Amino acid sequence: MAEKQQFFHSVYLDKDKCKGCITCIKTCPTQAIRVRNGKAHIIKEFCIDCGECIRHCPHYAKQASFDHMEALDQYKYKVALPPPSLYGQFNHLDDINIILTALTMIGFDDVFEVGAAAELVSDATRKYIAEHEEPRILISTACPTVTRLIRIRFPELLDNLLPLKPPVEVAAELARKRAVEKTGYRPEEIGIAFISPCPSKVTAVQDPLGIPSSAVDVVLATKEIYPLMLSAMKQARNNPLEYCLSGKIGVGWGLTGGEAAGILLDNYIAADGIENVVRVLEDLEDEKFQMDIRFVELNACPGGCVGGVLNVENPFAASSKLKHLKKYLPVALSHPEDFPHKTGMDLTEEIAYEPVYMLGKSMLESINNMVKLEKLMRVLPGLDCGGCGAPTCKALAEDHIRGKGDVHSCTELLRRYYLYGEDAFEALEEENAL
Amino acid sequence: MSFSNDSLHFQYVVSKDDFTHAGSASSDVKNKLKKMNVDAAAVRKVSIAMYEGEINMIIHAYGGTIDVDIYEDRIVMCLKDTGPGIANIEEAMQEGFSTAPADVINLGFGAGMGLPNMRSNSDEFNIESEVGVGTTVTMTIYFNPA
Repeated sequence: MAEKQQFFHSVYLDKDKCKGCITCIKTCPTQAIRVRNGKAHIIKEFCIDCGECIRHCPHYAKQASFDHMEALDQYKYKVALPPPSLYGQFNHLDDINIILTALTMIGFDDVFEVGAAAELVSDATRKYIAEHEEPRILISTACPTVTRLIRIRFPELLDNLLPLKPPVEVAAELARKRAVEKTGYRPEEIGIAFISPCPSKVTAVQDPLGIPSSAVDVVLATKEIYPLMLSAMKQARNNPLEYCLSGKIGVGWGLTGGEAAGILLDNYIAADGIENVVRVLEDLEDEKFQMDIRFVELNACPGGCVGGVLNVENPFAASSKLKHLKKYLPVALSHPEDFPHKTGMDLTEEIAYEPVYMLGKSMLESINNMVKLEKLMRVLPGLDCGGCGAPTCKALAEDHIRGKGDVHSCTELLRRYYLYGEDAFEALEEENAL
Repeated sequence: MSFSNDSLHFQYVVSKDDFTHAGSASSDVKNKLKKMNVDAAAVRKVSIAMYEGEINMIIHAYGGTIDVDIYEDRIVMCLKDTGPGIANIEEAMQEGFSTAPADVINLGFGAGMGLPNMRSNSDEFNIESEVGVGTTVTMTIYFNPA
């Protein structure tokens, strides 16, 4: 099983491709990127692996690291964990078994659907809600980017996180137990490979939250498995085997609202797209929802997991295809009593606040730095042009205070100095505010 | 903004009927406190108390100013409007008592919880009002030591 790595990020920069433009710094929802010396560097404490920079980089310089098929060579028995979003990648499909059969033809010995495990998580969520009648609004922990965002920006909402494992972890544990029983191999001889739609889930395996370590061994990218599957699927269509264990609920988890629908209550909110997620979290934090809500499902990607940046298909097309695929499925095909092997569903570790945005180590230092910040903000032009390499003037001022940047890198003030001889920093120097 | 050696002062101007910006001052204070080693519970109390006060100034009053002072151990918020003033403060402090017009209620406000919420989220709460002159609410919230 994967060794836990703190501050691991799947998202990385391909320096040769980076032109040093400001596209990524402006689209990053946590202001985690700075252009320094002509290249876009990621601040690892702020990054939540949402993949927005990958989605927007015009030069394909922001990328995600993931494992390749060769990583499975060391295992005697290989099990694929396909997520529901994978089912939305293919055309003219009316049977999920074709996809699952194709996986067994490209090198996997067995498949275990994440959608099947998702139905077990839905079941556990319903039980959790029934057993906890307090009015606390529960926030889904299925999207690791959302959990990471809450951890750095919304500490007051950490208690609202649903303390259940994400479906991929449940799938990995059950798949290993089933494989051990089937083959007689030792657990470590079984290779469990998740086919991920996003970088966030690569990170969640390397540096999981709420559990000591991940049960997933290898994380592959949907876009890399997709071409291998296309030719296998032609054959699989002729004779698909009966693997499918996910119904409407399980398949629906790939779409926004799917997880919420699985709790079989209608007092929920489901939002997608990282900006909308931030809006909902801010309003939850301020208790602005004057309505009865029990559950909040948040997906960082547009449309849900079908919108992940490691997918191939357009998210909206994939969404339409998933809806078609689940149309005539039973409500759920996986129930706890169907599984001979049980696994713990609860998160076992506390997800703690990471105060990465603090301006000082003590309140007094924070006050002094906040004063300094306000003085700097009066001098900076407020254009948020990104010319200095920080996404906003405020981000530059905060970098300056943290010793991670310098307000003298403001290109607009430099321009004014060059053209008109205005020295905006003179007064600040006199006040000793630099 | 102004400052002395041990505190920070901010002033926000709140305009009457400016619904689209309602909550922007309390949101700004919240975001500042989040960067300042203030415990999450206190940040939450401040943002709720100040939000309710800000909304009240927009719905009921003719606008006004909010003065915020941040000290090492506490925050003091002084909300001062220019009228119309509250005739019966005791009645206004009761949960559910509301004089909000219908259009405001349609927006989800006017449940009569504004002042009670402000008081319950404050460690120290003071309200003074004179009809025709205006209302001044002062709220103090102490931070929990780290």
